[in-house]
Amino acid sequence: MTHATYADSYLRRILKETKTIAMVGASANWNRPSHFAMKYLQTKGYRVIPVNPGQAGKPLLNEICYAHLSDIPERFDLVDIFRNSEAAGAIVDEAIALKETKGIRTIWMQLGVRNEAAAARAEAAGLQVVMDRCPKIEFGRLNAELSWGGFNSGIISSKRRKLGA
Amino acid sequence: MSSDTPGFETLQLHAGTQPDPVTGARQTPIYQTTSYVFEDADHAASLFNLQTFGFIYSRLTNPTVSALEERLAALEGGKGGTACASGHSAQLLALFPLMEAGDEVIASTRLYGGSITQLSKSFRKFGWTVRFVDFDDHDAVRAAVGPKSKAIFCEALANPGGVVTDLEAIAAIAEDAGIPLIVDNTMATPYLCRPIDYGATLVVHSTTKFLTGNGTAMGGAVIDSGRFDWARNDKFPSLAGPEEAYHGLNFLETFGDLAFTMHSHAVGLRDLGPCQSPMNAWLTLLGTETLSLRMDRHCANALAVAEFLEAHPQVEWVSYAGLGSSPYKQLTDKYLPRGAGAVFTFGVKGGYEAGRAVVENCEMLSHLANIGDTRSLIIHPASTTHRQLTPEQQTAAGAGPEVVRLSIGIETLDDIVADLDQALTQAERKAAE
Repeated sequence: MTHATYADSYLRRILKETKTIAMVGASANWNRPSHFAMKYLQTKGYRVIPVNPGQAGKPLLNEICYAHLSDIPERFDLVDIFRNSEAAGAIVDEAIALKETKGIRTIWMQLGVRNEAAAARAEAAGLQVVMDRCPKIEFGRLNAELSWGGFNSGIISSKRRKLGA
Repeated sequence: MSSDTPGFETLQLHAGTQPDPVTGARQTPIYQTTSYVFEDADHAASLFNLQTFGFIYSRLTNPTVSALEERLAALEGGKGGTACASGHSAQLLALFPLMEAGDEVIASTRLYGGSITQLSKSFRKFGWTVRFVDFDDHDAVRAAVGPKSKAIFCEALANPGGVVTDLEAIAAIAEDAGIPLIVDNTMATPYLCRPIDYGATLVVHSTTKFLTGNGTAMGGAVIDSGRFDWARNDKFPSLAGPEEAYHGLNFLETFGDLAFTMHSHAVGLRDLGPCQSPMNAWLTLLGTETLSLRMDRHCANALAVAEFLEAHPQVEWVSYAGLGSSPYKQLTDKYLPRGAGAVFTFGVKGGYEAGRAVVENCEMLSHLANIGDTRSLIIHPASTTHRQLTPEQQTAAGAGPEVVRLSIGIETLDDIVADLDQALTQAERKAAE
């Protein structure tokens, strides 16, 4: 698939079927984007397991941080990559190797992160891929919360707005 | 919604105003409140840290105002919007995240007189410099860009009228310089022209005019295209670096293409303070519902009045970009195919006194300092709106001594023409006395 744009239905499905997220590059620093996203997604009912070698074994927003995806004892649906585009390649390969044992369905690369080759490998392995997007922003947009900040959600509907989960 | 790209008329009715989740109210409620209760202390902290979306205080965001912001962003084809107290505060909010003391703006000599005064006199106190250039001379615009230039500023359709900016050409100059093009789209409205489609980064509005449409509510807005990469050079540290005014938060890194709009609320509105009132936002939302219908009639009436005046013996010239005689006709056909707006000027034979006499002798046209009302308006700029300018600036801005400005409304065309005809006749009689 092309990764220039994503249909709302595609993003909606991913955000709906996902329960547990492994966040690679989660930061303990409160004003880093990954910390923002982790905290927000937790309030929306997702479990977010932080992955960061520098913080391994330490608590982060009521979870324990792991050094690598393979160290996480539980299953997780989505790998959210808060690393640069080049580093994303190795993380995607690790996720492909863990796909069956961990039940991974989706690779999500953050805003500014694009790795076309890694995306192609992930898709060939049967994983869904989103690049250059933030799940926090997309969740907020699709649930009309982004509209509270004056953003163009692209949503036209005469149904009652649904409050965020 | 089945169609991926709803039409303009659908957006002007529906964008930003999905029914209320609790009551199902179809029309947008007026949230006449200053503040919002937090769920708990942690929720409050998350909101203040911008870690979650929500409302804190109506100086920053308010649900009725947000609905207007989203609607305007949708109509302009932008990513997000920031509504504010007036068009003048929109210009302040647009420049504020881009400028430091010592920086400069390249602006058109043909801006609305009030904008020229704001940029050149009041903003000077912030250490901001403005270089005015004739935007018909693209080489001059290119040559004016210097290392301290942070933005290029013009109107799509200039007030008081008749001048159309070649937006694509100016956007290309801004792109080469690595700085954003800011376009004031008040006169055209997004129904007639969408500057973002031609490469503008930011669009500013006085929503007081055609968007509200009936002269009821003051307001302004900044729409961000979301297409400018604030990290492409080191010119925009407030957006692409750690922002000292927000605990060192990097807005671009955290919010991506939402960065400008997040910053203009969290820092701009927070610290400068020109929020729009919920009541005014609601009146403006009502106005936008009929924008396309009104603009079609405004434009049709304006063209007919311009043609009438051009043939009138008491009229020296008419500057309406929709006339075949206009030097901007080609640019009008390209950028304003649905019509050249409703505001334009004409020169009365007899100069300053004749201009004043025409204004005073109108019976139906209202003599006041506004444009974009559903009613027809008339004013003599040299003695009013453009009074603070030097005679040279007045002439450059199209507001010389003989100039009368019209904002043609949606009354019966024959009545507008008849009123102007009798006023011109009376002015001539007075001059002959």
